[in-house]
Amino acid sequence: MSTIPGLERPGPVPNDLTGPFWDACNERRLVLQNCTVCQRMHYPPTQRCDQCGSADNFEWKEVEGKGHIDVYMVIRDSRIRGFRSAQPINFAVITLDEDPGINFLSNLPGTPPGEVPVGAPVELIFEETSTGQLVHEWRVVT
Amino acid sequence: MRLQEGTGLWEHRGKVAVVGWGQSHIDRRWDGVTLDRSCGGLTKEACLKAIADAGLSLDDIDGLITSPETRAEQTWAPRPYFDPPYDTEDGLTYASAEWIERELGLKNIQYRVSDAPYIGPMMGQAAQAVGDGRCETALVWYPMVNLAGRYGHNNPANNSEEAPGPSAFTLPWGYQSGAMFNNLVIFQQYCKKYGTSHDGLADLCLNLRRNGLMTPWSYYALHEPYQLTREDYLNGRVIEEPLVIYDCDRPVNTCAAFIFTTAERAKDLRQKPIYVLNHAQTGGRGRSTMSTLEEHQEAVASLARRMWEGSGLGPDDVDVFNPYDGYLTFTQQFLEGFQWHGVKLGEAHDFYADDIRVEGPHPFMSSGGNNGTGRTRACLFSDSLEQLRGTAGPRQVTVRAETALAGCNTPDSNGFIMFSKSPD
Repeated sequence: MSTIPGLERPGPVPNDLTGPFWDACNERRLVLQNCTVCQRMHYPPTQRCDQCGSADNFEWKEVEGKGHIDVYMVIRDSRIRGFRSAQPINFAVITLDEDPGINFLSNLPGTPPGEVPVGAPVELIFEETSTGQLVHEWRVVT
Repeated sequence: MRLQEGTGLWEHRGKVAVVGWGQSHIDRRWDGVTLDRSCGGLTKEACLKAIADAGLSLDDIDGLITSPETRAEQTWAPRPYFDPPYDTEDGLTYASAEWIERELGLKNIQYRVSDAPYIGPMMGQAAQAVGDGRCETALVWYPMVNLAGRYGHNNPANNSEEAPGPSAFTLPWGYQSGAMFNNLVIFQQYCKKYGTSHDGLADLCLNLRRNGLMTPWSYYALHEPYQLTREDYLNGRVIEEPLVIYDCDRPVNTCAAFIFTTAERAKDLRQKPIYVLNHAQTGGRGRSTMSTLEEHQEAVASLARRMWEGSGLGPDDVDVFNPYDGYLTFTQQFLEGFQWHGVKLGEAHDFYADDIRVEGPHPFMSSGGNNGTGRTRACLFSDSLEQLRGTAGPRQVTVRAETALAGCNTPDSNGFIMFSKSPD
């Protein structure tokens, strides 16, 4: 389960589009769709490149897993059942160093709620969800 | 939907008018017992008021347009249904065109839409339908439904161990809704970029409540008739820090209805016509998981360009402005994107601290918005009509009121409509 006490994350349900992404997570790898024509990465996975419109030139590209904290807020009154026992809990936006136009969500395991160092570097980790599926997470680099 | 730039003046500019409006009673929640106050009951009330306001008869209505997006977030079932016509979800958690046609005994309906989006695009859809000749006189209604229980906690998606579809990339981290979360992320980016903070929303919040208390039918005027203080706002219960409870429009149980007709038909009706000069919508998402401040700013800038192009008006021509305030954290995007009263990027919080009272020179959101009236969403449009009619009572603005711009919902998903006292 999550390293954040009380947190029970809903488990992602893979489909035809997202299956390779979630399979890679279970192997503790972060892969993004990359258009081989535009050299443009996409996250979350999409049917077509938002630049050239093609659906035929995607490859799954493993990324290094380094990023920075853009902004954050603190969830204190969640509607989501699995989060109510973990409140307060950070909710941060992480930009990917390899392409800052790509961003991820993070609860920043290991960082006390509200004590988020905006702008700090983070590194990729993985956490287990309610269904056993691993998801990508981020931890402040110390 | 009008999504593209470069299409010129709207082809039906000034040829469609709004001639009626009706607002039902408003409660915090449906009590589950009083059928006249159910979704269907309140919808009938609002529709009959709108038809009467226009001075029309039931037989004059030939188009019906509504949205199933009533925000009930749950079904009435498995609770037992009632005797007909309250024996299905239709009538309890939404009210379809067919349900209203049957219950009001409408005999001349030739155009029915029960799957319009939320009210912003729906108002444009109604204007377009009349302009295109799909019907001559459309009855358009938008119920908001709030059943017992904490809002959102009974939504099945929030109680599942699984995150299917696109939610797989958001729900496992606690993301609940775009309107709340993505716009709060962008608000944080806004504060970081322009050196402001959440406290900068206090003046807007207080003024919206003030305007809402001057709206006789509003939730707060009827049920909690007292003004908030700055201390109330600054010490409000934190929902998602820095968002507090007073940033969130409060779910209510109500319905509003409007009558759209042709400018020709509007000539001899009870109310002075309020003409539609244009409508425009926005739909889309940013590049990645969270849309960014810059993406939302460009989305509203495009919306504004399309509104000016289709209406033939510009920022200086808009007298009354009622954008959405479902979360106060995104309202500044509309204020700055449309440059109302000259407000530029990053200047909204200073503008809020100026005189935005209805009696003053910058009567922003004279409706009181959804924070001042309860989450009707329709208040944005009904206040715009009342201001142009000159019937807004104590909320009546003292500046010129010849044109009004209203719309919702969020910067990346919305529909706006331009009203005018003149068709020209």
